[in-house]
Amino acid sequence: MSEYKATIGIECHVQLNTKTKLFSAVDNDAVDKEPNSCVSPIDYALPGMLPVLNKAAIEKCVRAGLAMNCAINLTSRFDRKHYYYPDLPKGYQITQMYQPIVGAGVIHLPDGSEVKIHHAHLEEDAAKSTHFGDYSLVDLNRAGTPLLEIVTDLPGMSSAAQARLYCEELHRLMMYANATNGDLYQGNMRFDVNVSVSKTDELGTRTETKNLNSFRSVERAIEYEIKRQISVLEKGGTIKQQTLGWNDATGKTSPQRGKEEAQDYRYMPDPDLPPVVLTQEYVDKIAASMGAMPQDYRSKFGVLNLDDSAREAIINHPILAERLSEVCDKDVKLAPRVANWFASVLLAEENADKDFKLATSAELAELSEMVEKKELSSTAGKEVFLALYSAKNTSKTPHALAKEMNLLQENDEGALEAIIDEVLTAPECAKAAEDVRNGEMKAIGFLVGQVMKKSKGKANPATVNELIKKKLS
Amino acid sequence: MKIADKTTKAVDLVRDALEKAKKFEEYHCFISMNEARALERAREIDAKIEKGEKVGRLAGVPFALKDNYLSRDGFTTAAARMLEEFASPITATAVQRLEAEGAIMIGRANLDAYAHGGSTENSYFGPTHNSADMERVAGGSSGGSAVAVALGIVPFALGSDTGGSIRQPASFNGVYGVKPTYGAVSRYGVVAMASSTDTMGCFATSADDADLVMKIMAGKDEKDSTTLDDFWTKDLAEAAPSKKKIGLISDFMGDGVDEEVKKAVKDYAKKLEKAGFAVEEVKLPIAKYALAIYYIVQPAEVASNLSRYDGIRYGHRAKDFDDLTGLYSNTRDEGFMTENKRRIMIGNFVLSSGFYDAYYLKAQKARTLLINGYNDLLEKYDALLCPVAPNPAFKLGENTSDPLKMYLEDVMTVPANLTGMPAISVPAGKTKGGLPVGAQLIGQRRSDQMLLNIAKTVEDVA
Repeated sequence: MSEYKATIGIECHVQLNTKTKLFSAVDNDAVDKEPNSCVSPIDYALPGMLPVLNKAAIEKCVRAGLAMNCAINLTSRFDRKHYYYPDLPKGYQITQMYQPIVGAGVIHLPDGSEVKIHHAHLEEDAAKSTHFGDYSLVDLNRAGTPLLEIVTDLPGMSSAAQARLYCEELHRLMMYANATNGDLYQGNMRFDVNVSVSKTDELGTRTETKNLNSFRSVERAIEYEIKRQISVLEKGGTIKQQTLGWNDATGKTSPQRGKEEAQDYRYMPDPDLPPVVLTQEYVDKIAASMGAMPQDYRSKFGVLNLDDSAREAIINHPILAERLSEVCDKDVKLAPRVANWFASVLLAEENADKDFKLATSAELAELSEMVEKKELSSTAGKEVFLALYSAKNTSKTPHALAKEMNLLQENDEGALEAIIDEVLTAPECAKAAEDVRNGEMKAIGFLVGQVMKKSKGKANPATVNELIKKKLS
Repeated sequence: MKIADKTTKAVDLVRDALEKAKKFEEYHCFISMNEARALERAREIDAKIEKGEKVGRLAGVPFALKDNYLSRDGFTTAAARMLEEFASPITATAVQRLEAEGAIMIGRANLDAYAHGGSTENSYFGPTHNSADMERVAGGSSGGSAVAVALGIVPFALGSDTGGSIRQPASFNGVYGVKPTYGAVSRYGVVAMASSTDTMGCFATSADDADLVMKIMAGKDEKDSTTLDDFWTKDLAEAAPSKKKIGLISDFMGDGVDEEVKKAVKDYAKKLEKAGFAVEEVKLPIAKYALAIYYIVQPAEVASNLSRYDGIRYGHRAKDFDDLTGLYSNTRDEGFMTENKRRIMIGNFVLSSGFYDAYYLKAQKARTLLINGYNDLLEKYDALLCPVAPNPAFKLGENTSDPLKMYLEDVMTVPANLTGMPAISVPAGKTKGGLPVGAQLIGQRRSDQMLLNIAKTVEDVA
C-alpha cells in the first residue's frame, strides 16, 4: 500500500504598516485605540464617498513582492467583491481579482526547499465584529487597513513542518521589506491553509482552515487535518470540500457555520479607481533601496559556524543581521563572538525591551576585538555589550565604557607585580607560596585568585600566573 | 443672471427666489427648503459688499440643488425613504466650490429616488410637474432642478446625468442642460448611481450662465480619482470650433421619434447653418446598441453602489426583523422604491457567476466599439446633433406601468454617458401644444466649452 501524500497551500493576509488606511486618510494603527475612533466617512461608507488610493501602500506591495522574488505587474486594477455583513460597510470589499499588483515568484526556506508564489493582491481589510448574546458590535477601526494577500502556487508544501517554515520565512521577508509590523498577536499576519491528501498524483479534495494567527496553530491545524483526512479516507469515507475553523484549546478543526454554501461575490471592476500604472524605473528604484534578504545572510553567515537556531534567531531581526553582516565585512574573526552575544545575551527574554538599533557595527567590532586582545575578560565583554544597548551610553565608545565600568584588564606588569608582592608576603598566603616553591603547582590557583581579587578582576589571569611562577621559581 | 453688488442686494435675490418657490409650490420642484440658512448667507454677502470686501463670481445667486448632492444644510434624501432623515456631515465638492463663489442654495430639488428614472415620478415624495403643463412629467431624474429653472425660481440649478438625467428634463422644460465630460466635475459627495457614467452638471437659461457655473465646479479634486486636470479654463469666446461642421445622426431621426421632435431638431440645424455651420447627415449604426449596453452596465454599478444601504450605520432601518438577513431584506424592501429594486435585481443578475462574461464583460466590449464609432465621427465633425428624447414630455402615469418604454426614453442620451463625452441639451422649439423640445449636441471628450460656444452662436443668430 502506498503512502498518503499531503498537499498544502497557504493564503496569508499581511496588514501593511502604512501610516494611513488604503483608501482614506485616517490612522491605520488602531492598537490601543477606542473602537470606531479611526474612521473616516469613506470607511463608514457614507453616500457619495469615494476611495482615494494611498500610494504608500503601493510601495509596500512592491517591496513585499521584490522580497518574495516575485514579478511586479506594472499595471494592476481594483475590483469589487460583494457580500453582506455588518463588518463590510460598503457591501463590497475593494480587492484585485483580475489584475493583482504582485505576480509569480518563489520563496527559499531555511531547510533548502522552495515554495512557489502564485500572486499577491492588494485589498482592504474588513471591520471587526464582536458577538454578545443577542447582539453584535462592530468596530470599524480596522476597516480599510491595507492587506496584501499572498497566495502559494502548486505543487505547494507537503508537511506541516514545512508549512510552518514557510510561514516563518514569509514573516521574516515581510519584516525585511518593512511591509508590516509583523505582530501576529495583533493579527498583522493571518493564515488560511488548504489541505488535501492523496495516494496518487491526482490531488485530493481540499479543506480550508481559516484565520490562523500563529505559526504553531498553522502547524498543528495542518497536522490535525492531514490525520483527520487520512482517517476518514481509510474508513472508506470522502472528504467534503469545506471551510473550517481551528480551535486552539481543543486542537481540532470544525466546519464553520453558515459557510457551507458557495458565495457568489459578483465581482466587477471598481469604476471609482483608475488602474495603478507603475514605471520600471519606479520598481528599480525601490529594488535598489532594499537591503539584503534572509537568504543572503544565511549564505554569508555560513563561515561563522553558528548553530541553525542561533543563526535564524539573529536573522529574525533584520537590524541584528545587518550589524553582524557589517562586522563580518570589517573582520570576519570578530563576528562569531558578536553573533554569540546577539543570540545568547541580547535575544534573551530579559532584554526584549532593548532597542536593537543602539549599538553600531563599529562599536560591536571594537568590543569584540578588545576581548580578542584580552583587554577585557569574556564576562566583562558581555557587560560592556549590554551597556551599549543603554540609551544613555550611545555616545561612548566600548573602550570608554569599559574604563568607566572599571573592567579593563590590568596588563601593566609593574602594577601587577606590586599586587603580587603584596599577596605573596601576606600571612594567609605563606603556605600556598611555600607549596609552589616546592613544586606543588596546584597551589598556584589560590594565589592567582587572590591577585585577581585584589585587582578587582582587571588583571589578566594568564599574565598573573606567569609572573607568580617567575617570582617563586 | 443677476449677481449681488452695491445696488442689487443678495437678500433680495434670495427672498425673490424663495417667494417664487412658494408661488410655484404646486409644481413640487423642491423636497425641502433652506430658507433660514440661505437668508443668513445672503446677509453675510451683503455685509461684505457693504464693507467693500471681495465677493465671489456668483455672489448672492440663488440655486436649487438636486437632492442627491450632500450638503450640511438640512437632509440629503436622494428622494428615497432610505435617506428620508439623513443629515450629511459633509458637503459635496461641487457645492463647496459654488458656495465659495457666493452662490446660495435655497432648496433641495426633487428627483427620481436615487436618480433612477426619467420622469421624477419615482420620488418617494411624489412627482414634479412639467413647467409648461401640470399634467405632464418634468422629465428626470433631475426634474425638480429643471422645472425650478424653467419657472424662473432660480437662475441655475444642479443636476446629475448618468444616462440623460440632466438633458432630458432640460428638453422637456425648455432650458439649457449641461452634461459634461466624464470626470469634469467631482463626484465626491454626490449619492452614487452608476459610477462609470455619473456626471455632475447644471441647468441654466443661457450658454454664458451655464459656462460660468460649470467653470466654477469643474477641475481636479483629490477626493475623486477620476477628475480631470486643467479643465474648463477658457473664456467661452475662445472655445470656438475649428471645422464648422456638424453631423446630424440620422439613426436617431427615424421611426419611433415624434414628428414634432424631429421638426424642432431640423429647425435647430437650420439655425446652425445660418450661423455658418455645414450640417450633414451621418450614420452611426452602433448607436442602436447603446441602450442595451447601458441597461447592463448601469444596473450592475447601481446594484453595487446601493449595497451600502443596509440599515446598520445610517438611514432607514426596519423595525421588525428576526435575524441579520431579515434586517437587511426588510430594511431594503422598505427603503427602496420599485425602480431601485428592479435595477438591483438586474444588476446582480448580470454580475452573477456564470453570467458575468455573457452580460457585463460583453457590454464593456461593446462599449469600446461604441466609443470608437463616436470617435470616428468626431474626427470629421465638431459636434453631433440629434434629439434628446424621442418625444416631448409625456403625461404623468403614462409610462409608469411599462418600465421598458420608460427605458427607451434614454436611447439618445446614454451614448454620451457610455463614451464619457460631453453633451448639452439646448432649447430648440415648441410643439403645437406648447411643450418645449430640446436638441442635443455631443462632442469629443474635453470639448464641453466648444459645445456651449456653438450654442451661444446659435443664440446670437436667432
